[in-house]
Amino acid sequence: MENFHPFVLPFVLGTFALFAICIYKYVRWIRQFDRLQRAIILKNIFSVKLLPAIWEMFTECLLHLRISKKNWRLGYMHRSIAFGWFLLIVVGAVESRIGTPKNFHFWVAIFYRYFHQAPPESHTAFVFTQVMDLLLLYVLSGITLAFIKKIHSRILGMKRATKHTLMDRAVRTALWSIFPLRLLSESVSACLYHNGGFLTQTIGDLFSPNVAQFLEMPFWSLYSIALCVFFLLLPFTRYMHIFTEIFLIYFRKLGVKERVKMTGFTKFELSACSRCGMCIDGCPLYKDLGIMDVQSVYLLRNLRNLEHHKDIVEAGKNCLMCSRCSEDCPVDIDLMSIRRISRDKGDLDTDGNYQYLQKVKSFNSIGRVAYFGGCMTQLTPAISSAMEEIFNAVGQKYWFMDKEKSICCGRPLAQQGFNKQAAELRRKNTELIHSSGATALVTSCPICYNAFKNEYQLHIPVYHHTEYLDQLIKSGKLKVSKGDLKVTYHDPCELGRSCGIYKEPRNVLKAVATLLKTENEKEKSLCCGMNLGNTVITLEQQTILRNSALDNLTAPNPDVVVTACPMCKRAFQHGGTSVQVKDIAEVVAAATKKE
Amino acid sequence: MENFGFSLKKSRTVNLVHADMQKFDQLIAAVPSYKRCIGCGGCTASCSARQFTDFDIRKVHCYFSRGQYDQLEQELQKCMLCGKCTLVCPRGVNLRSLIINMRQILSNTTEILG
Repeated sequence: MENFHPFVLPFVLGTFALFAICIYKYVRWIRQFDRLQRAIILKNIFSVKLLPAIWEMFTECLLHLRISKKNWRLGYMHRSIAFGWFLLIVVGAVESRIGTPKNFHFWVAIFYRYFHQAPPESHTAFVFTQVMDLLLLYVLSGITLAFIKKIHSRILGMKRATKHTLMDRAVRTALWSIFPLRLLSESVSACLYHNGGFLTQTIGDLFSPNVAQFLEMPFWSLYSIALCVFFLLLPFTRYMHIFTEIFLIYFRKLGVKERVKMTGFTKFELSACSRCGMCIDGCPLYKDLGIMDVQSVYLLRNLRNLEHHKDIVEAGKNCLMCSRCSEDCPVDIDLMSIRRISRDKGDLDTDGNYQYLQKVKSFNSIGRVAYFGGCMTQLTPAISSAMEEIFNAVGQKYWFMDKEKSICCGRPLAQQGFNKQAAELRRKNTELIHSSGATALVTSCPICYNAFKNEYQLHIPVYHHTEYLDQLIKSGKLKVSKGDLKVTYHDPCELGRSCGIYKEPRNVLKAVATLLKTENEKEKSLCCGMNLGNTVITLEQQTILRNSALDNLTAPNPDVVVTACPMCKRAFQHGGTSVQVKDIAEVVAAATKKE
Repeated sequence: MENFGFSLKKSRTVNLVHADMQKFDQLIAAVPSYKRCIGCGGCTASCSARQFTDFDIRKVHCYFSRGQYDQLEQELQKCMLCGKCTLVCPRGVNLRSLIINMRQILSNTTEILG
């Protein structure tokens, strides 16, 4: 057979095995989608959402723009390997198709320099040869960076890289050896047949033809074997992310979301994690407490393999749910939902626990605003009284839903994997709010806000009090005077990273005081440590987290540290700092012009 | 029987020597901070569920620490896990973790995966 040599067999075998295993896995996962997810996919499958999905596949799977934005060195490294290799395949395929008029097989494209044993005949062929060398050099530069990162990750801007399993490391070795082997094989062939470009020909000329003759077959065989090993093991290691991310982006664009139980979509998300470890550096548990085995990368890995059952449970519990890793994740995996899935309490999560709430009745609030302080606001009554003052100042009638007795919003239960119980509380609160006839819901607690906004399906608008105050000040209803107070603002995790509210509180604060910048703000805001997400760390560890967040806030020497969360306020109040800690509502209430 | 207007009450004496403390030991191992509890009742005073019903978390862990586990499982289901008790506790007991662990130990369940 022309254009065939036994050394291509490992490569051919690897390629077919790779596609067979991937198709088997993907079909299985898609069958595990639940009914709602399937309905969403069927509804949107041929919609215009396909176009942005294709664009995102291009920018994320090939160009890796999101990584580049976070760390350009890692971005370059990843892009050079992924995009470089993709181009090598595409350009190589075109070049070999043009250069091989008959007996073309797909492996000819991969081993073209071996099968095409003549110097470039035309200008086009010459250009192709040079371009292929350039691309190979591009990929090799990425591999070199990856190698440097393995030895000393700080050079590439990562404090700590992931600790990989043996299997992952073996496949990484196969991947890293593919390109140097390709370089050597092509150089040897270039020495014999003078068909190389600027790189391979230069290296090839260093060999003497006798040595090249001797080395040609081993090099090409090793190259083929390296490809085979990589392809065969790829579906069982972190490199599965290469293909899975494409599907994940597509499903995500169609509108599929995580559910409370593990579904096929979760399997896609778990496999789309490349274990890059970018979630480790930002994690407060690593940064301040030195805990290194609970980060999302490890949780996802163990969940994917469903091994080390006890470790998964322990790692799943030990997380602040501060969303810092979701923010840092270059693949945008819904890490918080996966964390919740890992906490599912199973039989412990019972129905009908809160029948004692049946007698709670709503208050006729047609034309009023419902104000939900939240459980934590009951412990920081200064916030709710400031809000009441503001409601009165603008002449807004309101119904303080939980002034005397408070029903929890259900999020703390959901965070711990009690989904049915949380749903029961949600049903009760929804019933109360809807039957009251209130026109809008204002809440002071970001935890409740996140629940009302994203977990409830309320028919009325939901505002966090920072949003509400911003609206009041902008519309001129609330007249405030700007004092000479210098403040720093703490972005609560649940309000900032989880709900994306950064602008409103800053607008409000700029209207009443001078806002100072802090080192870690907005997306990089530090967790106050008192978060309801974690049930494992001790009070002493929480104190360390609190102190580091407070140090960040007091560094610019403000008069007042302002926050928008009763929980954060309570945490900072006990921080032993001489600086006052206030909620944004208190600051605004104090600056309101009295008539 | 003649109604005298008074009756004999069942003895409430607990013999701690014969009490089954195995579950309590499990709880202490899972939530070491519970050892610090001084029984001040701050948790009960701040409890959200307490505002609607007679749920008394302090009573629950009092019974638990004496090895009287009857009815505690149903009682603990009333908790909304809102976390106010954890925040007010002057001794830094991780009450939310305590409640979850009590429920898990009483019902012999763990998290399920997948």
